[in-house]
Amino acid sequence: MSWLAQLWAAVWRRRSGRFAAVALATIALAAIVLPPVLPDPAAQPDIVAGATPPASAHPFGTDQLSRDVLSRVVSGARVSLAVAALAVLVSMTIGAAVGLTAGYFGGSVDALLMRIVDAGLAIPRLFILLLLLAVWERIPLPALVLILGTTGWFGASRLVRGEVIRLRHEPFVSGAEALGAGRRRVMFRHLLPNTAGPLLVAATLGVSDVILLEAGLSFLGLGIQPPTPSWGAMILDAKPVLVVAPWTSLFPGLAIVVTVLAVNLLGDALSDVLDSSGA
Amino acid sequence: MARGLSGWLAARAVQAMATLAVVLILLFVLMRIAPGDPLGRLASDRPITPAETAALRARYGLDRPIAAQFASYVQGAVRGDFGTSIEYGRPVGALIAERLPATFLLGGVVLLVNFTVGIWLGALQATNRGTLLDRLLTAVSLAGHAVPSFWLGLVLAWLVGVRWRLLPAAGMQNPLLDPDAGLAARTADLLAHLALPALTLCVVSLAGTMRYQRRAMIEVLRFPYIATARAKGVPESQVLHRHAWRNALFPVLTLFGLWLPILVTGAVFVESVFAWPGLGLLAADAVGARDYPLLMGTAALAAGLVILGGIVTDLAYAMLDPRVRAAA
Repeated sequence: MSWLAQLWAAVWRRRSGRFAAVALATIALAAIVLPPVLPDPAAQPDIVAGATPPASAHPFGTDQLSRDVLSRVVSGARVSLAVAALAVLVSMTIGAAVGLTAGYFGGSVDALLMRIVDAGLAIPRLFILLLLLAVWERIPLPALVLILGTTGWFGASRLVRGEVIRLRHEPFVSGAEALGAGRRRVMFRHLLPNTAGPLLVAATLGVSDVILLEAGLSFLGLGIQPPTPSWGAMILDAKPVLVVAPWTSLFPGLAIVVTVLAVNLLGDALSDVLDSSGA
Repeated sequence: MARGLSGWLAARAVQAMATLAVVLILLFVLMRIAPGDPLGRLASDRPITPAETAALRARYGLDRPIAAQFASYVQGAVRGDFGTSIEYGRPVGALIAERLPATFLLGGVVLLVNFTVGIWLGALQATNRGTLLDRLLTAVSLAGHAVPSFWLGLVLAWLVGVRWRLLPAAGMQNPLLDPDAGLAARTADLLAHLALPALTLCVVSLAGTMRYQRRAMIEVLRFPYIATARAKGVPESQVLHRHAWRNALFPVLTLFGLWLPILVTGAVFVESVFAWPGLGLLAADAVGARDYPLLMGTAALAAGLVILGGIVTDLAYAMLDPRVRAAA
């Protein structure tokens, strides 16, 4: 815990880290607190009025179905952040497991796993996702999370493998082995915790990747399915009225930019801190 | 030394072939584990008799055992033959070949801008490190990195294309252009249509180049030989351009391998927003039509490009840096 606390303190000392943390906390808080006080994101109170520009009743305006854009952006944040966090959790778990196995056992296990990783990295992730998603008429949300998660671990597994190979013959590992520590204990108690730093950076940058990918897929109609509001699908819905009601696509787009920017800044701050502390 | 390089290249090529083979297996597995039948969508358009379904399955080879399907898929893939598109009823290879020029034109312009403007801005930031200019450019590039390309494309199409009517917002040529127009008029028309998609892709890809070049240049400026040159009284402009920049250009080669997938991936969104008739639009349409052979063909091509990009990067390193050669 103290390691995390130290890391956090170092990130907070950086201006970009502070900005990112405050921005993300604000977005997350808004996503949790605001929905009950905002109008129902699916409600269509005045479908004849259609899209109305931002005004005091609807700070972000309404879309062509008279739905409140602000409450849709906020609900979209909820979905987007949850999907990204869960997908990255899946990715990092697989990546750590594969990297640890390949780095610890080496030899033909390593060679086989790394060939698969090479191939996985060679196919642009978007194309793997397109192939997997094209079959679904409407993809259920858990399946989307799983698919995003299982296509994002290749880089992380390489990272962990590299760290494990570097640490494999360090005195503290040999010492533990000499004291009779078993394979499992060495792998999970001695090697894995020491890969936490790079893994944390990879996870943070992975979150921004997934937010952008999910938005893009939803924009193509393949990601999060209506009526669940999502930023990408909002921009897709707003496409036909872009000229007459630009606010309907402007606000969800800005939400993506601010969120991804904050996550990237946090990732940069983390990697700076870890680089300079030599961890 | 020359034999060392060609031996290294041969080993690298074998490794690339192995990766490509695994890619092809992965693509086949991805397609076959997917629930549902590739012909499902054709069948859902109108009532279809079992006899027709059987004929269609036979036509696309879906009635054969999975091992036989895989064998013929691999045989075809090795020759660059990915079968027949379900949507267009034409060979996938021919469809892809038709779209390549548009994508290469768009990608080529974006690469060129990255190589010139991106590298120049990154170097400028490094030499003015910590100044207002550096911080401003960092902020701009970070924002560019966070912008979804499809949204930026829509906003530009709306503002520049529709509101201000400065540039065409869709397609590759003006359908009303006089068919007898001269080469100059045609080129001007093409460039006008190219401007917005290229700008969109440049904005989202420049950030990476600038950050990479900035970091590389800052690292080089720390080397003792730079201090030596300065101590010897070499003018600062010469230190920067002759001593530092050359070595700082070097790590940017790595980006080449990163750019290719970004261009192919970014093109899927940007080409669909601007209706630019390239590979990305073809892939996006293939998804909508559930056209698996076409989708697999584009995915295989993208993977091939990425692998090739990796080899070119490594080769450039090996040719330019004797230390890499010695290690190989």
